[in-house]
Formats: sequence, C-alpha cells, structure tokens
Amino acid sequence: MRQDLTQILSWIKSGSRVLDLGCGDGEFLDELRKEAAIQGVGIEINQEDILLAIKRGISVIQQDVDEGLSNFPDLSFDTVVMAHAIQVVHFPDKVLMEMLRIGKEGIVTFPNFGHWRCRIYLAFRGGMPVSRFLPFDWYNTPNIHFCTVKDFEKLCAARHITIKSRSMIGGSKLSSFFSAIWPNLFAITAIYRLSA
Amino acid sequence: MVEILKTSSVGIVKPKAAKFEGPLNLECGFTLDSFELVYETYGRLNKNRSNAVLVCHALSGNHHAAGFHNKDDDRAGWWDEYIGPGKPIDTEKFYVVSLNNLGGCHGSTGPISENPTTLKPWGNNFPSIRVKDWVETQARLADKLEIDSWAAVIGGSLGGMQVMQWAIDHPSRIRNAVVIASALKLSAQNIAFNEIARQAIRADPKFADGNYLSMKSIPEQGLALARMIGHVTYLSDDAMALKFGRELRSGSFDANFSDGIEFQVESYLKYQGKRFSGQFDANSYILMTRALDFFDLARNYNDNAVEAFSVAECKFLVVSFTTDWRFSPFRSQEIVEALIAAKKNVTYMEIKADEGHDAFLLPIPRYFQTISAYMKGIETS
Repeated sequence: MRQDLTQILSWIKSGSRVLDLGCGDGEFLDELRKEAAIQGVGIEINQEDILLAIKRGISVIQQDVDEGLSNFPDLSFDTVVMAHAIQVVHFPDKVLMEMLRIGKEGIVTFPNFGHWRCRIYLAFRGGMPVSRFLPFDWYNTPNIHFCTVKDFEKLCAARHITIKSRSMIGGSKLSSFFSAIWPNLFAITAIYRLSA
Repeated sequence: MVEILKTSSVGIVKPKAAKFEGPLNLECGFTLDSFELVYETYGRLNKNRSNAVLVCHALSGNHHAAGFHNKDDDRAGWWDEYIGPGKPIDTEKFYVVSLNNLGGCHGSTGPISENPTTLKPWGNNFPSIRVKDWVETQARLADKLEIDSWAAVIGGSLGGMQVMQWAIDHPSRIRNAVVIASALKLSAQNIAFNEIARQAIRADPKFADGNYLSMKSIPEQGLALARMIGHVTYLSDDAMALKFGRELRSGSFDANFSDGIEFQVESYLKYQGKRFSGQFDANSYILMTRALDFFDLARNYNDNAVEAFSVAECKFLVVSFTTDWRFSPFRSQEIVEALIAAKKNVTYMEIKADEGHDAFLLPIPRYFQTISAYMKGIETS
C-alpha cells in the first residue's frame, strides 16, 4: 500500500463515515472500505472516474468542489479527506473551512513545493518545476495553488485550524528521515490531520 | 455505442395477468375489493429468488418495457434499449418485472375496466390513485411472485417517484433504488403544465364530463392536445432546434403559396398527438397526471425529506439530464441532498444530453454506461 494511504488509514477509525473530496476512481475509498469497513462517499467531477468508482461499488456524487459543499450538513462525516487536490481548487482556504464544518476531522495531503528539488529547479533553471510527480507546464497545469509545508501551516494558524498530527513523506528512507526533521526542504508529500 | 450495438433483444414476450382478491385500501379513502395487474417478465428468477428487478413506468408507459409482442411487431417495448441480454439491465443476470400500474389503460384495472357494482366501465368514477397505492399493489405482485426483496427497483420521472416510495414504504424489500430524472415533488410550474393538459381533455365536447365510454365517443382531440403540450415540455429548445429547426413540411413563403405552410415541428406534434390519442384513455391520463401532482415524498414525514429517507436501507443511484427542464438536475440534487443528510449511500450522475426530459428513455452513451456500471455492481447471489 502507498505510504500516504497507510498513514491516513492509521488516523481513521474503523466503521466511520468518510467523505473524499476529489475521489477520482474511488481507489482510496475502496481501500479504506476493505481495511477499515468505513462508509465512504466520494465527490468527483470527472465522469470517467465516477464510472470506475461505480464499478467498484463506491458511492460518488458528481459535484464540483469549487461550486461549494453547502449540500453537506455540519458534522455529517467523521472525517473529510482531500488527497492531492488542495492545489487544484480555486479557494483552498474556503475548502479547508468547509471540510472542518462537514467533518469532525479533516485530512489533507499535498505535494510540498518547498522541496529542495523544486527550489533548485527554479533557482538554477529559472522555470517552474516540471517533474515525474508534477508533469505539467505552468500554462496547462490543473495545479493552480501550489504551497509549501510552511505556507500551509501559516494558513492553518491564520484560520485557527488545529494541526492534530502531521506526517511527511520523502522519496526514500533517508529523505523521509530528513523530512521528519526538516519537512519544508525534504518532504515530497505532506499529510495533515486537522480539526476546527 | 459499440456496447449498444452488440446487445440483443429479449425476443417475443407474452403479457401475464394477476388477479388480487381482498380489499385494497387506497390513500384517497376508497376501497377496491379486487383488482388485476398486467405484467411482463424478462430473464429468469434464480434459485434464491434474489435477482428480481422491478421497472416502474412513467406517465404514459405500460408493462411492455422490452421485446416484441409478435414477430410482425415493429415497435419494441418502451425501454428495450436498456433491458435485454447484455444490456444495462441484463436479463442474463436479472429477472425483470414490468407492470401496467393500477389505473392504467393497458390491461390492469383502471377507468376502462368494468365497475363490479354497476357492471359498466368505471370511467371518471375510478378512484383517485396515488404513488403510494401503486407501490402497495406492486408489493402485492411481489408477494404473488414470491419475491421477498428486489435487487433493484428502477424508474424514470413518475417511475422514479415510485422507486423512492418503495425505499421508504418497504425498506427491507429493496436493495437498490435507481431514480432517474425525478423529483421529491412537482413544482408549481410542473403542476400547471399537467393542469393545462387536463383542461385540454375536458374542453373536448367528446369528453362528456368523463362519461365518453358510455356515449361511445372518444375525446381524441383533447387527448392529442394534452399529449402535444406534454411532448413540448419533455424536449429541450436545443433538441427541437436540432430535430426540426424551421424546416417546412409543406408550402412555401413565396407569394401565392403561403396558405398551406406547415412546419415540420407542427406535423410532428400532430402525429404524436394523434398516435397517442388512439392508444391511451383520457380518464387514465387525468388519473396519472393527478398522481404526479399529488406525490410528495415528505408529506407524511413533517415535510422533511431527510426524515422520510431515514428509514431507507437501500443504496441509491440518482441520475439527471442537463437539458431536462421538466425534472431538472436541481430537482435530482434535492433528492441527493436529502439522502446525504439522511446518511444513505447515494451516487449521483448528471448526464450531458440535448434531449430534455425524454433523455431518460434514450440510449445516450454516458447514461447507458452509468446504468450498466451500477447494475453490474449489484450482488444477486
């Protein structure tokens, strides 16, 4: 199982209700269902992905997160997850607040733009970083709101969001070791467990 | 579309009839001592009797949902594109039951049936029927067929209302609810269209206050007009532009020729109206539109749809179509919102389609794939 999934799984109680924003083909919810018997609901805008999720037997609502989540009542889920999607939405701060209105807890993962490779790329090549993980050019990327670990924590502080735990994933064992010490420079993926 | 072309038909089917003795207490307060339902089945019921699917028809539908009635029949059932071997509602997997609802005019007890007390057709004296009554009669049909629980109950429009009613009236007897292009209740605009259709029928002198059968007349004009009004609302502006545009069927705008001008759309509506008036009973049409108007899922639950759905145990698939303005995506989203708040398992898909409300009957690829994917995921063992 992917390292980030293992981490998230450890934060989700068995049998709980989980809302996954930008659930894609439902792989993550499927995994959670098998491992933790959760009751999952996904939100997705891409119909090809929704069809794949339906085939897995995952409940998915076709909805654009950017158009709001007001159809979800307060605290109607135990956990609201947004994996690798915060950089895609128009108003990350608003979505974060909505997540913590709908769920008792929120889990957010994102690619850390403060990673040393990104810094070196920009510093020495002078262009927006393009990599195996972020294979887009600046003009066609769906990723419109990149942030670093530091940026994200600043936003949480400004919005009085409690960071209950965080976990940093590096590319290797060694870089994971370093990313625990110096996340903003060594973490490739940042994972946060939040509450209001 | 390849998926569609590969599929085949259920072939020639024979309608069956089931007679039900014992009182049926209707929502309107009237009691029917007995009634009959006509239905068709496609596919085979498995050993555990767990693969049965109920298809609920809409306003002008009937039991003939798939296949042909004889080898010269050139019109397949109304949902033939979706029901059959290898089709989304796969008859290799499912045992499909489709009935003509009580109050209909295609064989089930309704206004054209004989009233046992007067020995004359019921006509406009047939009791008012509600969606809840239909679900009750469908449950009795399930009893007769020894089907404890439906793998799925499926319906579009008025059919979707029956599906939702099933989910809350018999939660343990339905495992999947497929609600297509439907609503928790009609809007004022929607009721208004129904009322115009009814007035069109009533204004026809041949309607004779609903006693036309005993006078051996048929209010064809009124019924045709009612259908024409309905038909326009089932299509979208774009669909009509695409299908007819401003094409003329006859005449021309040249001087001396302008008398006989007829647009294609006029001709089409006249044809649809005439065809419909030859196969539908006016009292039945009024009864069905009334059932539509009166439906309000939450009425008995403090007008709270969340409370209504709270008893449901099944999974839900809700589907809407972008250009449907009679049962718009917004109406389906209300269903979804209530289901989410009631913490039910719900999947929602909004299909891009030009065809308006009529889309729910048509083989639109994305819609086809959605029903197909959902039905494939249903356990029947």
